[in-house]
Formats: sequence, structure tokens, C-alpha cells
Amino acid sequence: MILIVAEHSNGKLNKSTYEMTQAARDLGREGPITLLVLGSGVAPVATQAALLADQVLVADLPALSAYDPEVWAQAVAQIAREGEAHTVLIGGSRSGREYSPRVAVKLDAPLMEAVISMKFADDTTVAEHYTLLARVVERVEAQAPTVVVSIHPGAFPPASARPQAAEQYDVDLDLPAPRVVVTERNTIKSKRVALQDADVVVAGGRGLGSAEVYAQLVEGLADQLGAAVGATRAVVDAGWRPYSEQVGQTGKTVQPKLYLALGISGAVQHLSGMNKSRLVVAINRDQEAPIFKIADYGIVGDVKEIVPAIIEKLK
Amino acid sequence: MGLRILSVIRQVLDAEESVRIKDGMVDPSSSKLVLDTMDEYGLEEALRIRDAQPETEVVALAVGPARCEEALRTALAIGADRAILVETFEPLDVITVGNVAAQVARKEQSDLIFCGGQEADWDSQAFGAAIAEYLNWPQLTWTTALNLEGRTLTGTHDIDEGTESFSVELPAVITTQQGLCEPRYPTLPNIMKARKKELRRESFESFGLHSRLKFIRSEIQVKERMRRIVDGKDGSAAAQQLVEFLRNETRVIG
Ligand SMILES: Cc1cc2nc3c(=O)[nH]c(=O)nc-3n(C[C@H](O)[C@H](O)[C@H](O)COP(=O)(O)OP(=O)(O)OC[C@H]3O[C@@H](n4cnc5c(N)ncnc54)[C@H](O)[C@@H]3O)c2cc1C
Ligand SMILES: Nc1ncnc2c1ncn2[C@@H]1O[C@H](COP(=O)(O)O)[C@@H](O)[C@H]1O
Repeated sequence: MILIVAEHSNGKLNKSTYEMTQAARDLGREGPITLLVLGSGVAPVATQAALLADQVLVADLPALSAYDPEVWAQAVAQIAREGEAHTVLIGGSRSGREYSPRVAVKLDAPLMEAVISMKFADDTTVAEHYTLLARVVERVEAQAPTVVVSIHPGAFPPASARPQAAEQYDVDLDLPAPRVVVTERNTIKSKRVALQDADVVVAGGRGLGSAEVYAQLVEGLADQLGAAVGATRAVVDAGWRPYSEQVGQTGKTVQPKLYLALGISGAVQHLSGMNKSRLVVAINRDQEAPIFKIADYGIVGDVKEIVPAIIEKLK
Repeated sequence: MGLRILSVIRQVLDAEESVRIKDGMVDPSSSKLVLDTMDEYGLEEALRIRDAQPETEVVALAVGPARCEEALRTALAIGADRAILVETFEPLDVITVGNVAAQVARKEQSDLIFCGGQEADWDSQAFGAAIAEYLNWPQLTWTTALNLEGRTLTGTHDIDEGTESFSVELPAVITTQQGLCEPRYPTLPNIMKARKKELRRESFESFGLHSRLKFIRSEIQVKERMRRIVDGKDGSAAAQQLVEFLRNETRVIG
């Protein structure tokens, strides 16, 4: 079977789960598509999953109320073994990319990481993924019958739901106790669309000058466009914005239809998180800023003059 | 005996270098190569522990071609006590390299391992977790602050949507990123001293492993961009043009 570990938050499947399902449907390898729902109080999520998969496995356990990489890896490896999964698909989120290697080691399987395309043919799985700060696409072939794959967010189209709901089965798990003690968790619940799910991202850099101007201009424009808000490392290090909004090598990877870069220089580490965006608009007062090299539309000018005018015109 | 820390490093293209491809493979031979900054944060944390507890030993490890010796020499010049190079010509997948690193850690009786959260060559986030799983150790990825008291490590790290404060008992694998600390530079006396420090070579073949992935080809990704750059001295006019462009030519906004 093809085992997909559902990603979900706030009682709903994440977009990544739909994308993984499409990747599984297009893979070209036989076996039922099985969605595994891990968590506590996840019945509504399992109901949604049933419209995507051939079968749904549900582990609704208090021990799964909070994510832990070792617990998650153990759960997924156990289910993969019992179900004789030949392909295990895991989300390309920070957590997915952190526990998927453990699953691969447990299953003695190769790991294909953050893949953007994938096919099974002539008895092997072939996949593509980015390397060198997302400047290169590398094609790799698995040297084993079983593979563990994490799926790059935004690379596959989301699968559509089916009219008929699949069967749900409860599963029992033998889980380890977490060894890392979490003493505090600060999750940012933004009322905006999630960064990785957004069609439009408005991102700001140090060029905004201060947290106040940042909030006024970047959030102001995002409000007008129904967009998610992104930031550079420089901005989160300065404490203007939370780390969860950071885009780039050490932040999130986004691929929206439109990315607006305001006062961002365009360092390679930032570009690696957004250079696959369909359309890039940049506003920067330095015409030599590297961000203009990857811009479809650029304005050489002061964000403090141009952005308020844009917000006004969109109202 | 003091703590034994393993700092695992990779040698990558300097961030300013452009990528060259030859025969379907990335060709670094005429580019400037450096010790990945991502790994330097871990090395710095290791050295800070040694500054506080001088009986600590910091060993730098690289798995890769002979040229990685240069990155290890940099690590020695920054302050590592010794270095190990597991030499291989073959390109290897991250799980296999994780296996090698775990075996070295076992032989070295390491208590704590640092590596970069996502190195700039293979764009992999799997390295630390793979090492941790082979050793059956806990891991903390994307750390942003660390503090060691005895064998208890506390700190903060990034998660999917926010941050966590944690506490863990050694041994553990820690992955690092920009913002964790300010790495120190090699000083001239340390560069001189580094030449005399031990750099041990081992062959990858002696580990009895083989790559789990076959690398078929690499291609540079270029996305065609319109590159329409306009002057924005008149902010209102520039704003008007942009809004029209977005509405009429791209249709991404209504
Ligand atoms: C290992 C490592 C990992 C990293 N990971 C990331 C990452 O994930 N994400 C990330 O973003 N960075 C990352 N960085 C940092 C990266 O190298 C850059 O330092 C950072 O992206 C710069 O942010 P910035 O563009 O906001 O600031 P700056 O580079 O300072 O650019 C500010 C820009 O604003 C322009 N400007 C100033 N005032 C105005 C104005 N009034 N109007 C218009 N324009 C103006 C300036 O011309 C300049 O181009 C990483 C670095 C390292 C070493
Ligand atoms: N990467 C992941 N894969 C699967 N489940 C996850 C993942 N991350 C978090 N969860 C679980 O999803 C549920 C909702 O999490 P939250 O996003 O905190 O609302 C919890 O049970 C989490 O443990």
C-alpha cells in the first residue's frame, strides 16, 4: 500500500494532505492509498480523510495530542510495517522533514526528501528535488523496493475529494515516551491564511525600517489582498515579526501565485524559499538589489511612499 | 572525563558563487568552497561549552571527497581539537551519511552532536534526525538558544507554527541555524596551530555501506521572469501602474 501521513491542524486536513494524495494517485504504483490520521480528538479529520483515500487508519490517542518526532516516527514505522507499505508519504513541513528520516532508518529504506515530482516505473521510484538553495533540480532513483518520501509543499496539485467515503479503521500503537521535555510552546495562531497555503504573500524586509512601519504597510497591503504575511531573517532576528513568518533556507518555502517583496534585498538564503513563486513583484530603493533579478515587476523607490499609495488604490 | 562533542560539517559552494553543471552533475571544481555557515553555529556552541568546561573535546567530522579536508582545516582553525574525514568519491544520500556519522560517534563515544539544520549543498533537513535515529538518541532541530548545565541541555527551537522551550538529557543531536549565536573567526595563531592538529582519514569503504539513492542528473533551474523594472520616484503613479499590471495582465487580483 501507499501510506500517507495526514497533516492537519485545528480539526482540518492541511492543503499538504491533498497534495500528497494527488502525488500518490499519480505515482503509478499499485496498492490502496491509505491515509493515516495521528492525533487526539481527530474524528472530524478522519471523516475528511475518508473522502480522499481508499482506506483510513485512525490512531486517536492521548499520547498523540502533541507532536514529538520520536513518537511520530515510531507510529508511522509500525503502521508501515504492519501494512507492508512500499511507499510512505510524509508532509514537507518542518515536523515532517524532521521525523521522516527516522522512519526511513527504522524501515531500512531510502529517503527521498522534499520531492517535487515522482514516478514509479520499471520497478524503481524516481523523484526530483531541489538542491543548492533551490537553484538546482536533482533527479534521484531509489535503490530499494520500499521508499520514504517527504513531499515539497505546493509542488503537487491538491487532490479532489471523492463522493464515496472510504472505510475507517482504528489502529493500536506501541509508542515510546517522549525524551524531550517541552517546557513551553508558543504557537502563533494567525487569523490570516497560512503562509504555505496562500495564493498571495506580502513579505517585508529590513527596508521597512521598524516594526511599526512593517505592521502598517505589510499587514495593510496583505489585508487588501487577502494575503499571508512573510518576513526575512533580518526582520525576525530584529524581533519585528515571529519566526513562523520567516521565508527562506531557515524558514518556510512558499510558492504562491504572487509574491510581493517589500524592502527585501534578495539574499540567496531568502530566494531559496520563494524563487518558485509564479509572479514576483519587488519594491526596493536600490536598483542593484538582487531581488530585481528574479522580479517580474519591480519598482525602484521608497516603500514608505509607494506601498501606502498601493493600499489606497486597492481600497 | 569531559564531554566529547562531535561537530559534523559539510563543505559547500560559497553563497555568492554561481552553480556550474558538467555532465549532468554539479561541478564545484572551479568555485570557491567553504565550511557551511549552517554548521559553524554548531561548532561555535561546542566551543562555548569547551570555554566553560575546558576538559571538553570538540571533534569535527566530514564525510565526502578529499577536498573536504579544507573545510575541516577551517574548523580546526576556528577551534576544533581534532578532525576526521571519511573519504568517498561516490555521491551519497543523507541516510547513508547519517549512518557513517553515527558509527563514528559511537567509536568516539560522543555525548553531543551538532550539525546544520539545512546545509546549502544538498538542501537536506534530514541529517541530524538520521544520525539521532541510528544512535537511538533524541534530537532537537532548528535550535535558537542553548544552555548546558551538567548533562541537561535546555533551549528554544522552531516548530511548524511557532517556538518551543525544551529540556533534554544528553546524549542528543542538535541542529543549528542562523541566529543561534555569532560564530567566531579563525585567528592567525589558531590557523598556525591548526596545521599541527590531528586530521584522521578513514575510507568510506571500510563502513561496508553503499548509497541508497542513485543520482541521475542535476539541472539548473531558471524561471523566466518578465524583469519589468520601473522608476518609482512618483510613488502614486508607480502604485497606479502596479495595480493596473496586477489587475489587467496577471489577473491574480480582482
Ligand atoms: C545560514 C544562513 C541562513 C539564512 N536563512 C535565511 C532565511 O531563511 N531567510 C532570509 O530571509 N534570510 C536568511 N538569511 C539571511 C540573509 O543572508 C539576509 O541577511 C537576509 O535575507 C536579509 O534580509 P533583508 O532583505 O530584510 O535585509 P537587507 O539585506 O538589509 O535588505 C534591506 C533592503 O531594503 C532596501 N531598502 C531600505 N530602505 C528602503 C526603503 N525605504 N524603500 C525601499 N527599499 C528600502 C535596501 O535597499 C535593501 O536592499 C540566512 C543567512 C545565513 C548565513
Ligand atoms: N507533521 C505532522 N504530521 C501529522 N500530524 C501532525 C503533524 N504536526 C502536528 N500533528 C498533529 O496534528 C494535530 C493538530 O495539531 P495543531 O496544529 O497543534 O492543532 C495534533 O494531534 C498534532 O500532534
